[in-house]
Amino acid sequence: MEVLIASSTEEICELLAQDSSRQLLAGGTDFMVEVNYRHRSPSSVITIDQVPELQNWHHDGNSVVVGSCVTYREIERGPLATLVPALAQAARTVGSPQIRNAGTIGGNIGTASPAGDMIPVLSALGAVISLRSSEGRREISLEDLIIGVKETSLRHGEFIESVRVPVLDSPQEFLKVGSRSAMVISVTSLAFITYPKTRSVGIGLGAVNPTPTRAKEAEAFIADYLDWESMQVDPSGLDPFKDLVSAASNPIDDHRSVAAYRRKSIGILAQRALTRVFTEGVL
Amino acid sequence: MTTIESYESKTRSGVGVSAQRPDAVPKATGEFPFSSDLSSHNMLWGQTLRSPHPSARIKNIDISEALSISGVHAILTANDVPGKNLFGLEHPDQPVLADDLIRYAGEPIALVAAEHPEIAANAINAIHVTFEELSPLIDAESAITADPIHPEGNVIRHLKIDYGDPSTTGDLVIEGTYEVGMQDQAFMGTESGMAVPSPDGSVDLYISTQWLHSDQNQIIEALDLPEDMVRLTLAGVGGAFGGREDVSMHVHLCMLALHTGRPVKMVYDRNESFLGHVHRHPAKIWYRHHATKDGHIVKVEGKIILDGGAYASTTSAVLANACCFSTGPYRVSSAQIEGWGVRTNNPPCGAMRGFGNVQTCFAIEAQMDKVASALGIDPVDLRLINALEQGDTIITGQKITGVAPVKEVISSLAGHPMPGPPENNLLARPGGTGRTTDQKHIKRGVGFAVSIKNLMFAEGFDDSSEALCQVDDGNVAIHTACVEVGQGFITLVHQIAEEVLGTSDITVIPADTSIGSAGSTSASRQTWMSGGAVLKACEAVVEKLIEQIFEDEGVKYENLDGNLVSEDGTKAIPIAEALKGRSFHEKVVHRHAPTFPLNNKGQGDAHVSFAFAAHRAVVDVDQELGLVRVIEIATSQDVGRILNPLQAVGQIEGGITQGLGLAVLEELVMKNGVIQNANFTDYLLPTALDTPPIEIAALIEEPEPGAPFGAKGIGEPPTISSTPAVVAAIRDATGVDLRRVPVRPEDIALE
Repeated sequence: MEVLIASSTEEICELLAQDSSRQLLAGGTDFMVEVNYRHRSPSSVITIDQVPELQNWHHDGNSVVVGSCVTYREIERGPLATLVPALAQAARTVGSPQIRNAGTIGGNIGTASPAGDMIPVLSALGAVISLRSSEGRREISLEDLIIGVKETSLRHGEFIESVRVPVLDSPQEFLKVGSRSAMVISVTSLAFITYPKTRSVGIGLGAVNPTPTRAKEAEAFIADYLDWESMQVDPSGLDPFKDLVSAASNPIDDHRSVAAYRRKSIGILAQRALTRVFTEGVL
Repeated sequence: MTTIESYESKTRSGVGVSAQRPDAVPKATGEFPFSSDLSSHNMLWGQTLRSPHPSARIKNIDISEALSISGVHAILTANDVPGKNLFGLEHPDQPVLADDLIRYAGEPIALVAAEHPEIAANAINAIHVTFEELSPLIDAESAITADPIHPEGNVIRHLKIDYGDPSTTGDLVIEGTYEVGMQDQAFMGTESGMAVPSPDGSVDLYISTQWLHSDQNQIIEALDLPEDMVRLTLAGVGGAFGGREDVSMHVHLCMLALHTGRPVKMVYDRNESFLGHVHRHPAKIWYRHHATKDGHIVKVEGKIILDGGAYASTTSAVLANACCFSTGPYRVSSAQIEGWGVRTNNPPCGAMRGFGNVQTCFAIEAQMDKVASALGIDPVDLRLINALEQGDTIITGQKITGVAPVKEVISSLAGHPMPGPPENNLLARPGGTGRTTDQKHIKRGVGFAVSIKNLMFAEGFDDSSEALCQVDDGNVAIHTACVEVGQGFITLVHQIAEEVLGTSDITVIPADTSIGSAGSTSASRQTWMSGGAVLKACEAVVEKLIEQIFEDEGVKYENLDGNLVSEDGTKAIPIAEALKGRSFHEKVVHRHAPTFPLNNKGQGDAHVSFAFAAHRAVVDVDQELGLVRVIEIATSQDVGRILNPLQAVGQIEGGITQGLGLAVLEELVMKNGVIQNANFTDYLLPTALDTPPIEIAALIEEPEPGAPFGAKGIGEPPTISSTPAVVAAIRDATGVDLRRVPVRPEDIALE
């Protein structure tokens, strides 16, 4: 196996242009497990975790652009946690400290697992992913990038450069159900983002659909029950809201849980996120 | 938190102090050599090809492509097994390498030795096996009557216990059906070892195990070699919990080493480890309890089915435990119990901490709570009313002659203070890092459970341990074949020898097969058995020392508390001083009091001694989501006498955590005979966040007659009643009638 250590994004572009079957290694927290179990036998690997542009993030006032090799650890704490709290809350639920020190946001997106912890947050935030190749750059929504279970629309020679999410300065929640208190793959997870300017909410669902999913009907429905001045929600909207979120899920039975539980719990998570942000009161 | 300080006030050195284990620091710093660290000049790497199918017939094995790979030195199949292609802990019924039928997913088919693990893995992939897939038998209950999947049939053991008057009736009848999922020992250090061949055709095996001599007996049969041609030395063990009692890679390593003439090492990865050792038996249990209005349990009827998987392993003994203690630590006048240990195409199941008592205790304690609730009696009081006492008879007709402080265990725990209210902190609530649960969603529950565990082997097994105390010019060395799996036996050897000989300068010779068997490090038996052997060997040295001095000086000395005092009382010399310049070689074999088989009514003095424990769990439950956070587990335990307080508490904390694991997390999920989660991503062990403070309410020290220092084994009881206590607490919080462990979120939330 050939291992190529890239030191710039240009170099990654070049190496991929030479041979697009080369595989990218960032944190390796999924990749190396697959290699060790021989589920993946790459002949050529490009390590990208020492590329400075990919390890950085910057904040331009309205949004924050996070390099694809920024680790969960960095997202979990410090300034990023203040700028995008739901992303930090989700990052905290990923694996162990060792995994969070190594694993990256770009890896989470690229792996395209339905249970990826970043996915519902990025979905609810309307994240825009910047893809890079020797042909140049293009931007794509998360929904257009992740098109199936562990399947992306990345083109040959293309890689994830960064993720742009809005800085909102308003309440955000990420909730995740796992059987264990920590270090657990999500059974269901949910991101709840408030958009005070447009007086709307964004709800991203995790581990209940093959691809990133927003609970659009629930988002639209609940708008009528919210008072943005008093930050109150009309309690009569809570149960229909919960049911609409559950209805937006299409979960499976597997060794981690059963579909019926996933469907039920995703609705409960949505309701809880909502009532953490909006207190119950008759409008 | 656990208070260890309170046990550290013993003044003497030797037995009773919290002596530090010699491997504590090396293990913490990573310097301890585990079996996976073994290496040798010119070493090859072994790997195993395993069946992906739970039931199949091997039509053909084509090794030609694999053999042609450069760096591959051997590919061995069933035809290459030199002796009997069968092994087994209790009796040989399992092929070393499958030759015809595959009976479980993960069954070994072929072995590879190669220059590098990657080459070995390539070779494994290049072995082409043609299978005819068969329909697997996966339901334990139907296995009883199904077509046999093994020449020995599907019922490994059928055991009936018929005690007292079966026509006994009570005022109240409570019936319930319970299930226990497949727990795994999940030790941290996967199976690993190295075999080193000698030019004379003999082999040395360095291996992590629980019982060197049992391994040796099985290996020599498979290799067709005499005992002295297969020597075993213990390598550093990374946990065991029963999962290393059976032979795994042992024969395979020796075969590869003898075939290639080079040392061969194997290390299972985590996935293979889950396939390579036995698991805790899944169980289906039905009970009918009969009680009087005033709370006396008068009769228990029970049916117990244990799924032994494809091969016998210890199923027979596990079933005996499940049945013998199927009425718990309670006095009953009548019991009709019927148990089956059956064979299926599921993975083989065998020994795991608690050994059969775990499964029935979960069901009994649920029944006890139902009886208490139906009668309007406090669950703790109901247990006190029925608690066994010394002199009582258990349902096998055996009288408890040792100490049985069941009431003391229960009462001391019941009086222990309760923990405070839920913390105002998302991480401390159900859901943990998932931030799911607000204060208002929490319901708190409390559960109580009590257990009985037999100590040591049973049913007439000739159980022994040999120890050597060697003194060479005053320098003391102790040798046994007792396996240190992490329980702290080495520390106890130092303490016991120091207690008798008065010196702390003691060498512990590594465990190997050059000395007689120590029996297995299991069944809570090594402190009693090998500890007892070490005690006797040291005492034998003191006797010989007194004789020698008498021969030399003509003065008769007596051993008074570590000092030799002359008969006339004028001279006193510490034993350690007197040993200087002298040499001794005293080897003794220690046996416990004999036990006897069970008769056709399940009656007989089959057991040596009994230990009791009680657990109280406090849980916070988010009922809507079905998430549980165990807030505290408190315990009282009957320990006989504590030899090392720190180690005792360590065993209790570890055992309780394993019991908590079975209650709410740990299960090998099966689908059509195939394990779905053979990895630590999805086999969920408790993390630090899941493990609550463990409170020790009391350790009851009433010395056990016949036990060295009066000490009872303490390793297993913590695992047994902690599980039902946690589940009882969840029932208390939610009102949901939970009849299966582990309790999954959906079991609560979808009710």
